[in-house]
Amino acid sequence: MTVPVSSGRRPYTRSMQGWWRRNTFYIEYMIHEGTAVFVAAYALVLLVGLVRLSQGQAAWDAWLQALRSPLSIVFHVITLVAISYHTWTWFHIMPRTLPPILIKGKRMSAAAITRSGLAASAILSIILFVLVWGLWT
Amino acid sequence: MKINMQRSNAPVFWLLFGAGGMLSALVGPMLVFITGIAVPLGLLLSKDSLSYPHVLAFTHSWIGAAFLFAVVVLFFWHAGHRIFHSLHDLGIHTGVVAKLFCYGLPLIATLITVYALVSIKYF
Repeated sequence: MTVPVSSGRRPYTRSMQGWWRRNTFYIEYMIHEGTAVFVAAYALVLLVGLVRLSQGQAAWDAWLQALRSPLSIVFHVITLVAISYHTWTWFHIMPRTLPPILIKGKRMSAAAITRSGLAASAILSIILFVLVWGLWT
Repeated sequence: MKINMQRSNAPVFWLLFGAGGMLSALVGPMLVFITGIAVPLGLLLSKDSLSYPHVLAFTHSWIGAAFLFAVVVLFFWHAGHRIFHSLHDLGIHTGVVAKLFCYGLPLIATLITVYALVSIKYF
């Protein structure tokens, strides 16, 4: 069967508009992918901080002052929620992204991998907080 | 038969995505809490915790500089890679433009981070 190349008819392509809103699984997927926007935004805040630090004390103090603005606080609270959700989903997806881990010949269970990841995050968070609290307070 | 011997660059970007995703999952929430909420408000931590001499001393140490470099740079590469694939999922197939945006910005951010850290350490 031959199809005339120059037929004026365009093939039907199904619209992708709003596909992810049709199913709670896809909605969750888009939300956890969306956390990347907040990771990028926070990295930008830190990058600006580093540049300001390199410009001297006055520039650094201005950056610290900007972080105290209500808008910045609101932004960081939303970012905290988003990145915490990233942590949660990252370690729940991890069992499916890691190669099988064998412990004494038995495969480590998905739940154990998730638990280990979340525990590592909690321990590192406590260490980070105690370091800032102990060294600089 | 010609075999395409050109290596794919995908694993490099995937590795940066994974490393950034892991680092942000491990320390991201606490970092945001410390720098964005606790210190600015003086909540649990002193407002003076991130004072110029403290942060400068931290950045002058190799471990401090390496930590800041890893956080800023890997967070950017993680986000860029994830956003690039989400654009595809949303039906935005702008190809080169999306690639330049999602991988070009992390590259620029990496260069600025190196520049800032080097000038803090040596100037």
